Amino acid sequence: MGSINLKQVTKNFGDVSVIKPIDLEIKDGEFIVFVGPSGCGKSTLLRMIAGLEDTTSGNIEIDGEDATATPPAKRGLAMVFQSYALYPHMTVRNNIAFPLKRAKVSKEEIESKIANVAKILNLSDYLERKPGQLSGGQRQRVAIGRAIVRQPSAFLFDEPLSNLDASLRVNMRLEISELHKTLATTMIYVTHDQVEAMTMADRIAVFNAGIIEQVGSPLELYNTPANKFVAGFIGSPKMNFMDVDPITDDPTCCLGIRPEHIEISTEAGMWAGKVGVIEHLGSETFLHVHVEGSGTFTVKAGGDCPFVYGDKIFLSAMDNKMLHFDAAGITLPQQHASVVSI
Amino acid sequence: MATTNSRTLARLMLFPSVVLLLAWMLVPLCMTLYFSFLDYNLLTPGNNEFIGFLNYEFFLTDPAFITSFFNTLLLVGGVLLITLGGGIGLAILLDQAIWGRNYVRIMVLAPFFVMPTVSALVWKNMLMNPVNGLFAHFADWIGVTPIDFFAQIPLLSIIIIVSWQWLPFAALILLTSIQSLDREQLEAADLDGAGPFSKFYYIVLPHLGRAITAVILIETIFLLSIFAEILVTTSGGPGYESTNITYLIYTQSLLQFDVGGGSAGGIVAVIIANIVAIFLMRLIGKNLED
Repeated sequence: MGSINLKQVTKNFGDVSVIKPIDLEIKDGEFIVFVGPSGCGKSTLLRMIAGLEDTTSGNIEIDGEDATATPPAKRGLAMVFQSYALYPHMTVRNNIAFPLKRAKVSKEEIESKIANVAKILNLSDYLERKPGQLSGGQRQRVAIGRAIVRQPSAFLFDEPLSNLDASLRVNMRLEISELHKTLATTMIYVTHDQVEAMTMADRIAVFNAGIIEQVGSPLELYNTPANKFVAGFIGSPKMNFMDVDPITDDPTCCLGIRPEHIEISTEAGMWAGKVGVIEHLGSETFLHVHVEGSGTFTVKAGGDCPFVYGDKIFLSAMDNKMLHFDAAGITLPQQHASVVSI
Repeated sequence: MATTNSRTLARLMLFPSVVLLLAWMLVPLCMTLYFSFLDYNLLTPGNNEFIGFLNYEFFLTDPAFITSFFNTLLLVGGVLLITLGGGIGLAILLDQAIWGRNYVRIMVLAPFFVMPTVSALVWKNMLMNPVNGLFAHFADWIGVTPIDFFAQIPLLSIIIIVSWQWLPFAALILLTSIQSLDREQLEAADLDGAGPFSKFYYIVLPHLGRAITAVILIETIFLLSIFAEILVTTSGGPGYESTNITYLIYTQSLLQFDVGGGSAGGIVAVIIANIVAIFLMRLIGKNLED
């Protein structure tokens, strides 16, 4: 079991309010990702759920019971830290056994559990080594091993992949997703990387300045972002925004269009622009196009893009792919009125 | 940076100070070694004959030598025990977020800045004096006979004084070490269900290993040559009860004017210090490596 329920949870550091009242229901077995820019309160909220930070007001319920004041060890949660927080003077075996020994589990049981975890995480050959003798990815696996050996009701991950190099990060991402499928335990995962959020999550909670901007499945957030912040944060490269003057029957203040939803033409289109920097990725190409009066657009094109620096091209938005935001940045219902060249 | 040219230049520029340092160290050592084989007494000047190992024989067979040898070990061991135990405790206390922490830290460090002679005098006259001392007054107040520290427990009294001086040093080194402990490790231990004692034993103490080693090595070097505190308080007495090797050498060469015998004692002290050093490095030196 591992349902976690946050009710009007807040956190202040002195006079500074880090988390404004947050309500969030995390279902048993769910993989939820907290994503947001640094300093948005996502890690603080995770630490509050773990019990490492006090809750200023509101309630945290774990499995239906109020756990706001429960000490960390009694909450039945396991956490994987950004620095892994392995005990450097203990062997891998003792690191994994540490929580079990504290819980006074019998020796035979500890042995069998360690063997089991080591098999799942491919650590069997490293059990007698110390953390200092392991690579980053192996340390990460030991940290995960130490977490899963306790069979917690939920796992908390605090930016666990940010210390790994890019290719290893992709591997570990897959391994963690795989682990979630095998264990079917609730996982809360904090990251600032929207790619990790999109690829791993069942649901994503987008944080900004101490509040949750939107909660939803990755595709919901991608297709129907609630506001300009979510629209800009989810998706890579970033969505293009352009300011427009609102008119009487249309409150639109800002338009948003994703790079992959722009069509390029050499003859005509909604905007005329000049090609700037071109990034060739092989399978696709990103063009940075300077549009007079609207700034620079990022445009996604195919891998065999024929344009060169300085070319004059025309851009148009695909049908129904343009998002409209009002003065407060809230997404407006789909507008069908065609937009004149700005 | 490290081309052949720059290395040659570096060696050339280091040369004078290396030579000076070597001379500074080797000349006194060689002279001591030379004197230790002579019949060299300031009361009978003149023919400083070569007498072989006779000085060593006298020094080592002197009953005072065995006593002072064990006194030295007791002194070093006792002070190490108190400063390490107290130092770890103080370091943990000073690491807590308390009001006015910076002032408390300076206060704790203060004894280290007091000269050994001065602090020994303060302890002798203000605290441990059997008539006027603070401890004597306190004993009177609760109605027991005051202890005459330097007559009844001379060595222990000196251990207490020296510990008071070295406690800040140990506490400071251990405090910096505690502060470098990764807080996430403690948080992980919190989540793993470790109580305060398990956290101390399994995480804080192993982390302190290297600092403890450093404290032991540095303190041992200085504690082997404790002198001022003994001279000021007990003058090595009563009898030889609070005489350590350093003080014994002093009495030999300067109170008995026997330069030859004192030099032999000095060489013996150097050998003992080296034996202790080798022993310590074997025992705990591996802590410093990784």
